[in-house]
Amino acid sequence: MNLAHRVLPGPDKRVQLMATCLCDAFYDDVARATVEVLEYLGCAVEFPEGQTCCGQPAFNGGDWPASRKVVRHTLQTFAGDVPVIVPSGSCAAMLFHGAPLEFEKEVDLPAVQQLADRTWELADFIVNGLGVTTWPGRFDATIALHRACHTRGTKTCDSAIALLNSIPGIKVVPVGEVEQCCGFGGTFSVSFPNISSSMGELKLEHIRAAKPDLLVSPDMSCMMHLSGLAQKEGHPIKTMHVAQVLRDALKNGKLL
Amino acid sequence: MATQRIDQFAKDLRADTKAAVYDGSKKGHEKRTSVLFDHLPDANRLRVLAGEIKQHVVENLDTYLPQVEAALQANGVKVHWAATAEAANEAVLSIMRARGATKIVKAKTMVSEETELAHFLEKNGVECLETDLGEFIVQIAHDHPSHIVKPIIHKNRREIATLFEQNGLGAYNDDPETITRRARQHLRGKYLAADVGLTGANFVSAESGRLVIVTNEGNSRFCLAATKCHIAMVGIEKLLPRDRDLGLFLNLLARSATAQQLTVYTEFVSGPKAAAQPDGPEEMHVILVDNGRTTVLESDCREILRCIRCGACLNVCPVYRQASGHAYRSVYPGPVGAVLSPLLAGERFPELADLPKASSLCGACNEVCPVNIPIPDLLLRLRAKGKREKAPLAAVGSPPMGAWALLASQPTAWKAALFGGKLMNYLPTKLLPIPALRAWEAKRTLPAWRGGEFRAWLKNRPKK
Repeated sequence: MNLAHRVLPGPDKRVQLMATCLCDAFYDDVARATVEVLEYLGCAVEFPEGQTCCGQPAFNGGDWPASRKVVRHTLQTFAGDVPVIVPSGSCAAMLFHGAPLEFEKEVDLPAVQQLADRTWELADFIVNGLGVTTWPGRFDATIALHRACHTRGTKTCDSAIALLNSIPGIKVVPVGEVEQCCGFGGTFSVSFPNISSSMGELKLEHIRAAKPDLLVSPDMSCMMHLSGLAQKEGHPIKTMHVAQVLRDALKNGKLL
Repeated sequence: MATQRIDQFAKDLRADTKAAVYDGSKKGHEKRTSVLFDHLPDANRLRVLAGEIKQHVVENLDTYLPQVEAALQANGVKVHWAATAEAANEAVLSIMRARGATKIVKAKTMVSEETELAHFLEKNGVECLETDLGEFIVQIAHDHPSHIVKPIIHKNRREIATLFEQNGLGAYNDDPETITRRARQHLRGKYLAADVGLTGANFVSAESGRLVIVTNEGNSRFCLAATKCHIAMVGIEKLLPRDRDLGLFLNLLARSATAQQLTVYTEFVSGPKAAAQPDGPEEMHVILVDNGRTTVLESDCREILRCIRCGACLNVCPVYRQASGHAYRSVYPGPVGAVLSPLLAGERFPELADLPKASSLCGACNEVCPVNIPIPDLLLRLRAKGKREKAPLAAVGSPPMGAWALLASQPTAWKAALFGGKLMNYLPTKLLPIPALRAWEAKRTLPAWRGGEFRAWLKNRPKK
């Protein structure tokens, strides 16, 4: 992944938030925590009201004309030149990697690339965009971090682990076979339900073996799949987004 | 909701087969990782470098192919060009007929799997024997390889022992060493009786025309030592620019394929036997096989031609581990197969259009690839091709995207849907006529719908 040319925040720290459709529909507290964390860091968070989805479902499904339609809408909605922050490794990767791929032969590729260059996943932005490498407050828990596959080749996971490890009270435990996917994969989860759920069960085995208090990820889509599987099995697991842990650490430390 | 064929295959797979494939590939991956990263200071940089070299070859085949032809000819090798599988097989047969040969011993070569050479030769009255232990077992079982490097990863030793017993290779004994010794005894005599030895080549240096063949069993060496004629069947993408590039590629290939620093045998073949040499083939042929590769070169997936057939992407792939190689219905399984097989199929692309869907796009394949092929990007391009060309197999189980795209480009409708979705919290979702939702809920629960809650919080919170 080409992350070399990303737009850094200006002195006013204005950023645009892409909440993602999953947070818009299911995980409002993750979007809220993202706002609270960014504002704590002095960012002026703008939420473009017209936002919908990053276009990934159709992109992964091979329906690139449909996906491009949504990406074009996203281009309009996120016009400007400030960093766009996404609390999802997957949606962020869609904007900085997927969209340029499906626009390779389109005339508006430069506009897509302009958005790609200023799109950041949240943890990566905190560490590498804002230069914040440690996190204050307190959070008493043993945590397993789920990598989320679309963060491969990015600095998201190293950033998230560095931040989490710096919080007093947190212990991050290693999980077996971290390189293995949880089996979500967007529409893969419904067109390959057997393989998808078998992959998820293997992932859950490794997570349970690590005995964490909760599972943390930079992406809620993996968490939706894993916690949904665990609950269906009758053995629910507790999951949180990195942003929620950061926000709760601030609250516990009376910094928010 | 109809599920994809590969998903169904995985569901129906025998438990012991699944276990054999899963354990074999998982162990293969783990060993590869430790060998690669313990021995090499910056293995990932080497992968990128090897990828750049191979991409350079692929982009400049028009320069390198004439160069290698000249180098081979200068070494005394007869060069044949085969545009198709049939032409490649015919070339082998005509070489044999010209020599009055009826028996051929064969080392492992994937391109001969593509052309189904063994079947073709048998049909034409030639006795063709696989000498790689795995391929030999595949041959006597009338089976197909299910892995690029470990053709019988799907078989356990009890099955193999039974197979040997049925084929007159001794009473049932499932001790691997005994199995190997029996196969060896059986094969030794066959080498001596054969007229022609056939191999592939892992690499061919365009600079020197030197063929490099790696094995762990030494069977290719026997194929060449005992016969008077050597035929090498080689895909046109197997070239490397220079001999010195082999240092990089041999280091990566053995580690990626079998977690070895170097394979047990690495042969460099520069031509037929020289006058001063006591033995070896007096005649040597290289058949350069296209069989769809130039079509791949013209496509937007030409990066797949970098592949050096190590199988690392199969071993790491969670889908391959669940489904096994036979699920892919083609010579090349796993992530590389999901790209290469539909492309090599040419006009018959629709028959394999579902293969690129068999991935969660997790990217593990790209992460382990010794030539850094962006496999997920290529899978996506082929998904777009399948959709564009309306291949029915590609569409199975995929939710339609048109209505979603319309909704996701109209903010007012989107916001209405966010609120409207709340109805789901009050309806028994099992009754909703949405196939994707049903498929989801068969295996997992759905979280509560909270559409619009975040936007409401943002709007209503006290202004600072």
